[in-house]
Amino acid sequence: MISILIFIVLTVIGFGFFGWNVSKVRANILLGRDLDRTDRKAERWKVMTLVALGQKKMFARPIPAILHLMLYAAFVITQIELIEIIVDGVTGNHRTFFAALGGFYTFMLSFIEILSILAFIATFMFLARRNLLKVPRLVKSELNGWPKLDANLILIAEITLICFIFMMNGADEVLYNQGQSHLAGEGSLGLAMSSWIGPMLFGNMSLDTLHIIERIGWWGHILMVFGFLNFLPYSKHFHILLAFPNTWYSNLNPKGQFNNIDSVTAEIKLMMDPNADPYAAPATDEVPQRFGAKDVTDLTWKSLLDAYTCTECGRCTDVCPANTTGKLLSPRKIMMDTRDRLVEYADGKRKNGKDYDDGKSLNGDYVTAEEIWACTSCNACVDACPVNIDPLTIIVDLRRFLVMEESKMPSELAGMNTNIENNGAPWQFSPADRLNWKDE
Amino acid sequence: MAEMVAQGEMPDILFWVGCAGSFDDRAKKITKAIVKILNKCDVKFAVLGTEESCTGDPAKRAGNEFVYQMQAIANIEVLNAYEIKKIVTACPHCFNIIKNEYPGLGGNYEVVHHSQYIQSLINDGKLTLQDGGVYKGRKITFHDPCYLGRGNDVYDAPRELIERLDAELVEMKRCKSKGLCCGAGGAQMFKEAEKGDKEINDERTEDVVETKAEIVATGCPFCMTMMTDGVKTANKEGAIEVLDVAELIANAADL
Repeated sequence: MISILIFIVLTVIGFGFFGWNVSKVRANILLGRDLDRTDRKAERWKVMTLVALGQKKMFARPIPAILHLMLYAAFVITQIELIEIIVDGVTGNHRTFFAALGGFYTFMLSFIEILSILAFIATFMFLARRNLLKVPRLVKSELNGWPKLDANLILIAEITLICFIFMMNGADEVLYNQGQSHLAGEGSLGLAMSSWIGPMLFGNMSLDTLHIIERIGWWGHILMVFGFLNFLPYSKHFHILLAFPNTWYSNLNPKGQFNNIDSVTAEIKLMMDPNADPYAAPATDEVPQRFGAKDVTDLTWKSLLDAYTCTECGRCTDVCPANTTGKLLSPRKIMMDTRDRLVEYADGKRKNGKDYDDGKSLNGDYVTAEEIWACTSCNACVDACPVNIDPLTIIVDLRRFLVMEESKMPSELAGMNTNIENNGAPWQFSPADRLNWKDE
Repeated sequence: MAEMVAQGEMPDILFWVGCAGSFDDRAKKITKAIVKILNKCDVKFAVLGTEESCTGDPAKRAGNEFVYQMQAIANIEVLNAYEIKKIVTACPHCFNIIKNEYPGLGGNYEVVHHSQYIQSLINDGKLTLQDGGVYKGRKITFHDPCYLGRGNDVYDAPRELIERLDAELVEMKRCKSKGLCCGAGGAQMFKEAEKGDKEINDERTEDVVETKAEIVATGCPFCMTMMTDGVKTANKEGAIEVLDVAELIANAADL
């Protein structure tokens, strides 16, 4: 009875704290500027199904794709077993669905066990890729410190979780063999892996020890799940949930297309309108929106969702022509900076009130001009992202602020702009000579 | 264009030459190759000449929305005044911006890249290439311009043109959607590269050298500059030629 009570309290806390954190993340994302991404719904469902659920873009790199698939499949399927654990926890029953589902139960759990073994292998391979093989994109400098620890912690948590599953099922198998399980009856549970892992590891143990191991496995499993769930909002691992909305809200336009800033259009139209009254009061009292992005709140909410979705895999940085040739720019760092700054900004406001200003900004304090100006806008990072994150939009918004609000840009570009304004070409040629090629 | 209108005629297409195609000595050759092809096929086309102005692309990619929109709105006024319906460009940057970003400012046209247009001329039987032309059997690789490939998903048209030459099309290890940028985009063409340990065009030239191709074809005047420089730096000037797909076709058709 007391264990049921503890379980219910833990479950409520586990889901409650997660819900509270999710609502905080949601509020942070909505600090971004408006953007309508609700058109072409059928296409959006399709993109989400292919890219998030089907992991289509992962398969550009087959080895990590297969390892990732092993982990992903196990993760999704294990949620079914979790349903039983929760039902058992609340009712105090043992393996509630065993009798009801019969052969299907054995099949499902065996399936989960086989996938768990594959996931176990994959997790070790992932640890090796990060810590032994040192795959270049997984050891770049922006991962030093917390990001590296974060990645390893998740992998270790996954290994622990799988160990708990086999402690639970393995010990219960041995108990059931002897007719001593809390499950009525005697024989084999018939689980694909535990029916031999169990006797092998726990075969000679006393009944008391077996019961303890089984309970450690059971409680360990559910506690890991709650711990994992509540770690997500603080971790790069949040991608397992956010990949879905993030791909649904993907940019469906050609990648080469940048948005036109409407306020600029309005001003130019006004300039060109001979009937406009230059002294007319503005139509609204609204403070005009800043051009480009100084801080995270000047980005669209989609860019902020992108930042929370990023799992720091570094495929973007790996294909970035600037990064590949030794420049400072790393698209992954842009995403990490955006998220870190957003968390810092929002937490600061929550703690110190709405008018609090910490004097910092994304543009300058986190991302430097040298990074911003190294981008060739080639879209390789956008193409490479397995969950359709778009670092380029952020880079361009940061550029816009530097140029239009602060007039800070490489001097050659200032010259180029002047040439375009005066000569209608980025070089110093006379517009009158534009057709000279015809007679050359 | 003005002359044509004065004579009461309307062109089938407007050839948007672009700044590079108008002023850059190397790119002017591409412009001429396209004109030769258009003339050969009796396409009724016009150019804006001195009425053409920069699309505003480099300003926009460099973060200056004002200069871009000033250019765009002025260009759209000219294009709309002439009631232009279809535009062919020789520059993926002009192509992308007129096709994707001008509509939001009131400029709606059918825009095609010259590789797509030449492909349609061949498909319609207006342009025929003799079997066993000058490029027969030669190894040619294609460098995807970012704003044509990833930017607008045009990968096939330029490749089909190369295949029409009876040439051997070889791909670089990074090609199509995985193609490596030449280093010129995002207004980098007009500034020094940021500090690094290598130039991007040199990195890209290594990809070309690896294919052992004799010709690297492209479809962008800025890629042309970058790849030509890269080949020069790698001391491969004698071994690797950099040509636009339009030049390949014009040469093969003996124009």
